[in-house]
Amino acid sequence: MTSTTSPATSEDSTTDPATPDPAPPSRPAKTKRSKAGSAFAMFRNGKSLTGLIILGFFTLVAIFGDVLAPYEPRAQDPEAYGAQAPSMAHLLGTTNMGEDILSQLIYGTRGVLVVGFLSGIIAMIVAVLVGVTAGYVAGWKSESLSAITNVFLVLPALPLMIIVASNYESPSLFLIAAVLALTGWAWGARVLRAQTMSLRNRDFVQAARANGEKLYRIITVEMLPNLTAIIASSFVGTVTAAVLGLTTLAFIGIIPITNLNWGTILFWAQQNGAFPDAWWWYIPAGLCIALLGMALSLINFGIDEYVNPRLRSAGERARAMRKKGYKASSGVTTVANRPDLHGSTPGAPGSSVIAELHEDPLETEAEDEETISTGWPRRSS
Amino acid sequence: MNTDPLLTVSNFSVVYDVDPPVEAVSDVSFTLNRGEILGLAGESGCGKTSLAYGVQRLLKPPAVIPQGSAIFHDESGTDVDMNALSEEEMRRFRWDKASMVFQGAMSSLNPVTKIGKQLADVFTTHRPGMSRAERTRECGDLLDLVGVGRDRLKSYPHELSGGMRQRVMIAMALALKPQLMIMDEPTTALDVLVQREILQQISELRTQFGFSVVFITHDLPLLLEISDRIAIMLQGEIVELDTAANIYHHAQHEYTRKLLGSFPSLTGERGGFVYGRSDDTVAAGAVTGGATS
Amino acid sequence: MRFFLRRTAFYLFTAWAAITINFFLPRMLKGDPVNAYLAKNQGRVSPEAADSLRILFGLNTDKSLWQQYVEYWGLLLHGDLGLSFSKGLAPVTEVIAAGLPWTIGLVGIATILSFFLGTSLGAVIGWRRGSRADAIVPVATFLSTVPYFWMALIAIAVFSVSLGWFPASHAYSKGVVPNWSWDFVGDVIHHGTLPALTIVVASLGGWILGMRNMMMTVLDEDYVTVAQAKGLSPRRVLTHYASRNAVLPQLSSFALSLGFIVGGTLVMELVFSYPGVGKQLLDATNAKDYPLMQGLFLVITLAVLVANILADVAHAALDPRTRMTEA
Repeated sequence: MTSTTSPATSEDSTTDPATPDPAPPSRPAKTKRSKAGSAFAMFRNGKSLTGLIILGFFTLVAIFGDVLAPYEPRAQDPEAYGAQAPSMAHLLGTTNMGEDILSQLIYGTRGVLVVGFLSGIIAMIVAVLVGVTAGYVAGWKSESLSAITNVFLVLPALPLMIIVASNYESPSLFLIAAVLALTGWAWGARVLRAQTMSLRNRDFVQAARANGEKLYRIITVEMLPNLTAIIASSFVGTVTAAVLGLTTLAFIGIIPITNLNWGTILFWAQQNGAFPDAWWWYIPAGLCIALLGMALSLINFGIDEYVNPRLRSAGERARAMRKKGYKASSGVTTVANRPDLHGSTPGAPGSSVIAELHEDPLETEAEDEETISTGWPRRSS
Repeated sequence: MNTDPLLTVSNFSVVYDVDPPVEAVSDVSFTLNRGEILGLAGESGCGKTSLAYGVQRLLKPPAVIPQGSAIFHDESGTDVDMNALSEEEMRRFRWDKASMVFQGAMSSLNPVTKIGKQLADVFTTHRPGMSRAERTRECGDLLDLVGVGRDRLKSYPHELSGGMRQRVMIAMALALKPQLMIMDEPTTALDVLVQREILQQISELRTQFGFSVVFITHDLPLLLEISDRIAIMLQGEIVELDTAANIYHHAQHEYTRKLLGSFPSLTGERGGFVYGRSDDTVAAGAVTGGATS
Repeated sequence: MRFFLRRTAFYLFTAWAAITINFFLPRMLKGDPVNAYLAKNQGRVSPEAADSLRILFGLNTDKSLWQQYVEYWGLLLHGDLGLSFSKGLAPVTEVIAAGLPWTIGLVGIATILSFFLGTSLGAVIGWRRGSRADAIVPVATFLSTVPYFWMALIAIAVFSVSLGWFPASHAYSKGVVPNWSWDFVGDVIHHGTLPALTIVVASLGGWILGMRNMMMTVLDEDYVTVAQAKGLSPRRVLTHYASRNAVLPQLSSFALSLGFIVGGTLVMELVFSYPGVGKQLLDATNAKDYPLMQGLFLVITLAVLVANILADVAHAALDPRTRMTEA
C-alpha cells in the first residue's frame, strides 16, 4: 500500500480542485519498521524538528518542574518583597508578594501543557469520529453530521467558554480541557470529512470495497494512514488553540488561580500594576506562550510542506535558485552562457525530474474534489 | 511545399540546473518553414515539450538555455533572435508572433474569469488601441471561427465541455493572427471523435491563415496523417527529421522504426503496423500534407 | 439555485441551533440567581418583566419544557431579552444596542483592514518567492502566535503609559457626551487607534502566511503559465490570474476564523476597557447578570453567523464554480 496522501493546500478552503501527486514508481512491500518510519516522515524536515525540539524542551520542564524550580511558586520571600528586578537569588525577579517568577513559570508550564494536550486529544478523538464517519457515509447521515459540525464552528468559542467556566467554582483540569475541546473539535472534523470524502472515491478504496473488505478494515487500514498528516496537523492546531484559550481565560480571571499557568502569572501582573515597570513579571510569561505557539506552528508548517510538496520544494527551490542568480518569478527562461552545463547527463526517458517539472499529460486531469487544508485557521487572539 | 524558413533553431540546448543538472534538450537544430506543419514525436521525457517551451523561453527556473539560438524570420523581413530579447521584448513578442495551444484545457483556462475576458485581455495587452466594442466583436468572431459560438463569451470554463474548451484555447491562440502556433498535445485528453474534429479545424485554419504549426504528441500515427514533416526525438536529440511519407516508408533510424512498430494494427497480423490496409491511403494523406478524412 | 437553498437551509439550522443552545444554557447553569434576585427585588420588577425573566430562564417549571421553549421563542420574536440585573433593570436589548456599534465599528474596521493588508502583502511575497521578501515569514509566524492580550498590554505600556501618545482605555474621553461633532469623532479615533492597531498587528501574520502559501500553490497552476505565455504584464498575471484564485481559500479561512475574532475582541475590550459587547459580557459574567449574559451570547453568535453569511456570499461571488457545485 502506497502512502501517498491526498494533496492539500495549506489553508482552509472548500472548492479548489486538487491535483494528484504523480504516482510514485511501484516499490517492493515495505517492512513494518519502514512503514512506521514513513508515518513520521512529515516530521523529518527542519521546521518540524525545530518545533519538536522546543516542544520537547517545554515538556521536560513540565515533567521535571519540581526539581528545576528553585522555589515553591507561591512561596513568599520576605527579603524580595515588592516586585524586585532579576537578581542572583531570583533569576527572573519576584512578584510584589516576593514570589519567585522563574519558579512560577516552571510550574506554570505543567498547567499549560497538560490542559493543552488533554484538550487536543479529546478534540482529536471527537473530530476523527465525526469527521471520518461523515466523510465515509453518504446522504443525509453525512449531511446532518456536517450540519452539527458547522454549528459548532459558528459558535464563538470564548464567550461559550466564559459562560461555562464561570458556572463552576473550581473546575478540574479535565473539565477545562473538555470545554476547550468542545469549541475546537469542529474545525478538524470538517477538514477530515472533506479529505475522507475525496479518499473514498479513490481507486484503492473502491478496490477494497469491491473486494469485500469489512468497513472497519477499510477505515483503519486503508484510509487512516492517509489521513495521519491531517489528523496530526489538526491535533497540533487544537493544542495551539487550547494553550492560547487557556492562558486567555486565566488572564481574564475566569479560571481560578488554583490552576497555575502562564496566563495566571499575567493575571496577577495586571492586577498588581506590573505594567509598565516590572517588565520581568510580564514579559517572560508572554514570551513563553509565544514560543510554545511558535513551536507548534513550526510543526504544523512542517506537516504542511510534507503534505503539499509544492510548498516544500517551492520555497527551498526558489531560494536555491536565487543563489544561482535566477529570478523565480520570472516568466521568461534565462539564457546564459554556461559551458559547464552543456553535455550534462541527458535525461533518461521518463526521467522523473522532467516529469516532475512538466506534469505528464495523462495524469494532469484535475480531480474536482474539495481541497484539503491542514493549517489551523490564523487567529487574532 | 515551400521552403521559406520561419524559424531557424541551431544548436539549441535546455538544461535544468538542479543537482545534478539534467540536459533535457541536447544540441538540437532544425528549420521550420512558413505554413508548414511540423510534428514533434517521442515518448515521455524525450524533451519535445522542453524544446517547444524552451524555444519560446516559457520554461521556469531552474531551466536555463546554455547554448544555441532560435531565429524567428518575421514576415516583415526582420530576423528576431529570440534568445537575445529582454523580458519586456519577449512579452511583446509572445502571442503576437508565436502563440501556443496547451494541453489540458481545463487547467489552462482561468477558472474564475469568463471566457470573453480571457480572450479579451490578449487584445488589451497587445493591441491597446482597440476600443471595447472592437474587442468584443473580435473575440466573438474568434469563437465563431472555431465553432464555439459567440454566445459563449459570457460563459465560465467549467460550463464548457472538454472539446469546446480546447477550441477556446485554439481561438485564443489565433487571436493576434500569429505566424507560428505551437500545439502541445492539444487532443490527448479528448475522445476520438472530438479529436478528429479539432484536427480538421486546425488544418482548415492553417490553410486559411497560413501559419506554421509545431505539433507535439506521442501519437505518431496521428502525425503521419496531418504533418508535412516529422521530427522524432529521443533523449533530448532529434534522431530523425523527414517528410511524413518518408518516415512511414523508409524510416532511417532504429528508434523511429521501433516507434512505428509499436502502434498495434487493428487488422492484419499481430505486431504489424497498420498491416493489411492499403499503404497508399495513409501515405497519400501524409503526402498532401493535411488531414484528409 | 440549489446551492443557495442549501446554504440558506444550513444557516437557518445554525441560527435555530444557537437559539436553542441559548435556551438550554441557563437551565444547565447551577443555582437560581434569577429567583434570588426576584425575591430580593420584589417591588422593583413589574409582573410582566418578572414573567419574561422566568420564561427566559426556565423558572416556570409548572409548564412543560416544550411549552417553555415555545414561550421563549415568543419572547425572542418580540425582541424581549429580559432585563439586565447589573444595569439597573434596563432592557437587555437596550444595553446590547449601546455596546454593539462600538464593537462592530472598531473590530470590523480593524479586521477588514488587516485582511486586505495581510492578503496583499502575502500575495506579493508569494509572487516573489525566494526573494528577500521571504524574510517576513518568520516575523509573520511569530506575530501570529503571540498571545493577543500580552501584546496589547505591552502596547499600552509603551505607547500609552511611557510615550503618552494614545489614551490607554475607553472609547472616548471621560465626561464627554457622545455626539456627532468633529471633536467627538476625533476623540473616538484617538482612543480607538491603539486597540485597532493591536488587532491589526496581531492578525496580520496569519493572513500574510495564508495568502503566501496559496499564492505559491497557485503559481504552479497551468493557467498562470498560459497567462505568461500570452505575454500579459506580470502585474496583470499577479492580480487577475494568480490572486483571484488564491484569495478564495483565504475567504473561507476568514469565515472560519470569525469565531476566534470574537475571542480576540473580548480580550481587547477587557484590556482597553472598551465599551463594546465583549466588555459587557465579561462584566455581566462577573456580576452574575444572567439575562445580560444570555442575551449577549445570543447576539454575538448571530453576529458571527451573519458575518459568515457575508463571507460566503463574497466567496460565491468570486468563484463561479461554487454556484454550480456545493461545498
